[in-house]
Amino acid sequence: MESNRITVTGSPHVSAQRTTQRVMLNVILALLPAMACGIWIFGWRSAAVAAVAIIACMLTEYVCARYMLGRRDSLRDCTAIVTGLLLAMTLPSSIPLPMAFAGGVFAIGVGKMAFGGTGQNIFNPALVGRVFLLISFPVEMTTWPLPLSPDGMTGATLLSAMKESGVDASSIDLIQISLGNMGGSLGEVGAIALVAGWIYLTARRIVRLVIPLSILGAVVLLAALTGNNIAVELLSGGLLLGTFFMATDYVTSPMTTKGMLIYGILIGAITFVIRHYGSYPEGISFAILIMNGCTPLINKLTRPRLFGERRKK
Amino acid sequence: MKKLKSTLPNMVIVLTVTTMIAGFLLGYVYQSTAGAREKASNEKLTGAIRDVVPGFDNDPAADKTSLTAGGKQVTVYPAIKDGELIGCAVESSSDNGFSGKITIVAGFDRDGNILGYQVTSHAETPGLGAKMNEWFRGEGHRSVIGRNPSAKALKVSKDGGDVDGITAATISSRAFLEAVNTAAEGANEYYRQTSK
Amino acid sequence: MNFFKTIYRSAILENPTFVLLLGMCPTLGTTSSAINGMSMGLATTGVLICSNGAISAIKNLVPDKIRIPVYIVVIATFVTLLQMLMQAYAPALNESLGIFIPLIVVNCILLGRAEAFASRHNVVSSIADGIGAGLGFTVALTLLGACREFLGSGSIASLSIFPESSGALLFILAPGAFIMLGFLIAAYRYIQSRKS
Repeated sequence: MESNRITVTGSPHVSAQRTTQRVMLNVILALLPAMACGIWIFGWRSAAVAAVAIIACMLTEYVCARYMLGRRDSLRDCTAIVTGLLLAMTLPSSIPLPMAFAGGVFAIGVGKMAFGGTGQNIFNPALVGRVFLLISFPVEMTTWPLPLSPDGMTGATLLSAMKESGVDASSIDLIQISLGNMGGSLGEVGAIALVAGWIYLTARRIVRLVIPLSILGAVVLLAALTGNNIAVELLSGGLLLGTFFMATDYVTSPMTTKGMLIYGILIGAITFVIRHYGSYPEGISFAILIMNGCTPLINKLTRPRLFGERRKK
Repeated sequence: MKKLKSTLPNMVIVLTVTTMIAGFLLGYVYQSTAGAREKASNEKLTGAIRDVVPGFDNDPAADKTSLTAGGKQVTVYPAIKDGELIGCAVESSSDNGFSGKITIVAGFDRDGNILGYQVTSHAETPGLGAKMNEWFRGEGHRSVIGRNPSAKALKVSKDGGDVDGITAATISSRAFLEAVNTAAEGANEYYRQTSK
Repeated sequence: MNFFKTIYRSAILENPTFVLLLGMCPTLGTTSSAINGMSMGLATTGVLICSNGAISAIKNLVPDKIRIPVYIVVIATFVTLLQMLMQAYAPALNESLGIFIPLIVVNCILLGRAEAFASRHNVVSSIADGIGAGLGFTVALTLLGACREFLGSGSIASLSIFPESSGALLFILAPGAFIMLGFLIAAYRYIQSRKS
């Protein structure tokens, strides 16, 4: 150490400019391609939904932090923006705007601030908001506008078409759906854009590979074992969005590599089971929330041994 | 007064006396409310039957018969007016609801046309599947009233049928129609048996 | 102890729902509307007053070692009486409260008040305690039911405030009960802490 001004505390030391704010700005940047894809496919209504959700989240965050926790600067770390954006990306672009607003308020108010604010929440707030809306307003939340159609036509998502009307997976055009030409929530359809965002985050070392790869690995393995179409399984529904941007949330995922592996594999397995044997067509959001709840337990089970600690006999 | 000691005779006597008093009390109230309770539970069933096949003058609950239709046990309540069979109400169920069993009572005329229906018990989601008691009496393709399931089994439009299911509750709608179809088969079976 | 002071203490300071967190099963299960919550609360209050009075009256006759079985017999008798009366004279209410009426037997509030209060005080204060705890429970359930009904189906006590279709179903379902109860307990604690 050249400078004496630095006070050395206990090891380990990491020197980086990794503030929460920078991480969150990077996440927003990584989400933008998929968001742009949503606007291109479903029109400007998508942008309006996103704006409303983000405003609802920021407002709730500010009011709760200011009047209940006594903090004025809670918006500066940008977590509320990320929550709002992620929430909006899981919604159909046709959702009434007051509902998007209510989702944002619930996401931050119940999903995050009720637990004590940033870093304290057990569950991913954006998913709390989404599941709240899905259970509360099932009609609006399962009415999906058709892609690239300006006249407000609605249709089914691929997963619900396969589940409820017996559409054959092999008849689906893979190139079309990887470009996002399918029904779905406004942020989940652009598979290529989502992958691009993920590669950026991985390259900037903001997220590690373990969780996404173990989720996708589990889904691929189960699909192969049960003879389902692997590509359709991966590209349809919110699997990619959830895997890349929600399951990897620092606060609600395990801390050790072993823990991340358990967490990821179980998310993949639960998603697959809900998709094929449950009553909902898509299960990634429930799967992530269930495993969020198990994270403290996983952390406890996979805690590394302290240096010098003897293994118990 | 001093508290009783926990000796064996004391405990036996106290427990026996307590349970005996409780038993007598329960027996007495059971006896004295038996009539009213019977009437209340009959009224519900008769009310449902009157709602689905109007205009009978017998006691359908007393004339009920059980038979098997579509592999299921159904109960048929015949509606008789002036000694002539004018139709029947059939209680049937489906186990394929979104959350378990759905039980309905459906009324049919002699040709097998649906006169009316009542959902008597279900555990479907409020605001979605739970709307079926109103939904299938609605306008246009929603309604099942007047249709004849024995001519053409009822199906939701998603399955290629011509009944509009409840929005976002296809599974409940399917189960409901399954119960209606079973009931229609029961009604037919009953007419066949009685005309012999 | 003063009659009204006992009521106040049992209803407010030791509120069974918000402070003691007793009887959570009916609290969460029956409060999908204000009316349901209130009827459950009143049914429990009725049983609680009777069982508290009866147990206090016989407290010296019951040997210590068998007190719990005797209390259970007393409580179960009153609950069964209540259920038979409801089946006979209020069948609709009985249906909407369903399994929760027989489950009053295992409601911790009843055994809790019997053990903690009625077995140590005279009949009059025990009845006061029953009234207090019962009213506290009723008010809590009505409040919880009203909040859930308002957010979930846009009405309070069946009076429509905004259209039902824009109510958030979550609050009618079980998770909404847990979330709402959490917020109400937080609010209760906040108000209590401001007072002292």
